[in-house]
Amino acid sequence: MSVQMEPSVIPEPPKKHRFLSRLLHERKMAVVGVIIMGALVLLGTFGPMVARYPATRASGGLSQPPSAAHWLGTDDSGKDMVSLILTGIRTSLIVGIAGGLVSILIGGTLGIVAGYVGGKTDSAIMRVADFFLVVPEVVLALVLISIFSPGTAVIILVIGLLLWAGNARVLRSQTKSIRERVYVKRAKAIGASNSRILFRHVVPQTAPLLVANGVLAIAVAVFLETAIAFLGLGDPATISLGKLIENAFDASATTNGYWWMLIPPGVVVTLMILGCTLFGQALEDELNPRLKSTFLSTRSFRMRRAPAPASAPASASATPEVQP
Amino acid sequence: MNHGRGAYIVKRIIGAILTIWVVITVIFFLQKALPGDPFAKLARNPRMDPAAIAQLREEFGVGDPVWQQYLKYLNNVLHGNLGISTDDLQPVAPQLWEKLKITVPMVALGETIAIVLGVATGVIAATRRKSAFDYGSTATALTFYSFPTQWFGLMLIAIFAVGLGWFPTGGREDFFAALEGVPYVLNTLWHMVLPSMTLGLVLFGEYTIVVRSAMLETLGDDFIQTARAKGLSKKRIIWRHAFRNASLPIVTLLALSVAFVVSGALLVEVVFNWPGIGLATQEAIETNDSPMLMGATLVLVVAVVIANLVADLLYFKLDPRITE
Repeated sequence: MSVQMEPSVIPEPPKKHRFLSRLLHERKMAVVGVIIMGALVLLGTFGPMVARYPATRASGGLSQPPSAAHWLGTDDSGKDMVSLILTGIRTSLIVGIAGGLVSILIGGTLGIVAGYVGGKTDSAIMRVADFFLVVPEVVLALVLISIFSPGTAVIILVIGLLLWAGNARVLRSQTKSIRERVYVKRAKAIGASNSRILFRHVVPQTAPLLVANGVLAIAVAVFLETAIAFLGLGDPATISLGKLIENAFDASATTNGYWWMLIPPGVVVTLMILGCTLFGQALEDELNPRLKSTFLSTRSFRMRRAPAPASAPASASATPEVQP
Repeated sequence: MNHGRGAYIVKRIIGAILTIWVVITVIFFLQKALPGDPFAKLARNPRMDPAAIAQLREEFGVGDPVWQQYLKYLNNVLHGNLGISTDDLQPVAPQLWEKLKITVPMVALGETIAIVLGVATGVIAATRRKSAFDYGSTATALTFYSFPTQWFGLMLIAIFAVGLGWFPTGGREDFFAALEGVPYVLNTLWHMVLPSMTLGLVLFGEYTIVVRSAMLETLGDDFIQTARAKGLSKKRIIWRHAFRNASLPIVTLLALSVAFVVSGALLVEVVFNWPGIGLATQEAIETNDSPMLMGATLVLVVAVVIANLVADLLYFKLDPRITE
């Protein structure tokens, strides 16, 4: 992780392509992240089409080690591991991206509303967000999914519901700072309506931050998907990377020595999370004007403000942000 | 000043109690939403004494209006009555207490590993910025951070239990050895190594990154220059001056990570068949044992809320500037 020591105020977002090329130029981590993500997206999109065997039917002997015919061997029901993993990448990407999108939609909307409206609405929304931030995600996911039936759509919604709070926090403070800027006050003075200010001035300004948070949310969503599938609450009909890890566990891949069932799906998930984290983190470091320095926070990947330096007077910013 | 500090503590404690109340309320309504009525399920069980069922129905107000049921539920929870497991017909609360005693040492060891490794690596990396150690440890930390917990646990089993045979593949003790006293404790510790390592190393990645950036931030401060100018030893500057200040954001992040620790512990317990509260949660889902599931959820969430409160108060103790 690169260190965020540079003064990071970015008053106006630069032109998008120039911003991206600068980001990729200056932050090698971002490049690595983009390459990993790009490769996985390509594999997930085209992989299942060009796979030599179907992922849903047996195409070889049971639990066969890698061979010329089956590059990564077969699983305990004779399905080709390469095909399974390519399909799994597709599913995990869909769940991750959709889950990230849902969390951004909910978190972004509520965060912008809270930051813009302020007052009681603000404190009400942030109280609920605080609550979601302390609840252990996997536990809540288990409870929610056991209430609804397990299915890909439910899993996506649950993941979105679990991850919105962190996004709301970041977007709220961003909105608060935009609202105080001179051009917004001018727009207000010449009689622009609230909706015009929101959609013309506030939302476009928060868009890059929304993207950064969305990318980070994908990483958490992928992680949550593997956890949910591992605990047997995944969609039983869908092949995902989490499901493949669970299959390896159920087939006692460790004691039976079926390393080809266990290692590849885990490595791919690790790469997926790593890629999203590297890229999202670099984006956010570059974008988040609120942060003088940034700290990676727990699994929800939220950035938080550094406490005031020792020489400065104490301020509310020195308190932990999450309080019950 | 003192008045402000007292008010701060009281405010935090009230906040925690409010959160717990919300959690109990949410769980009550979730329980209503869960498929299958636990009382009907108990009544169908031939091993269940009808008089006991009648008493249970009375205690939980089955058939009463919802608000009365809610009040009774609140009262029961406050008195440690979480109902009866529909699986083994035993009261839930004492069982959960036993499981908690099994979970806590394993998680505590894991957390200790994570903190010791994370702080040591993070501090060294920060003081030798841009050295090979810095790059190496950051890359390692990010990779560990990206591992899906359950997969990493399986990999450790494959390597250290199955491959090298150093540790057992799972469980908490050798039942048939009938050990007592010190050998029993040692045997349990021996079983604890791999699960705690899994949890510890997955968390270590994150802690290292956080400690490193917090340290870098502090090392750039003026008072470090002053300390240098005074001719203090490097060791003293790093630990007594820099680390003490850097420990504030670190404590915040430790608190935030508690929710993830709980989620991680759940996965680790399932992988290693560690008979704690996480495994109990998983089994409750499989057997559709809703009193047990809800009881376990309640315990886990309350544990997180309390841990957050402790971190808040600790933070308060570490930073005398907070008065709010």
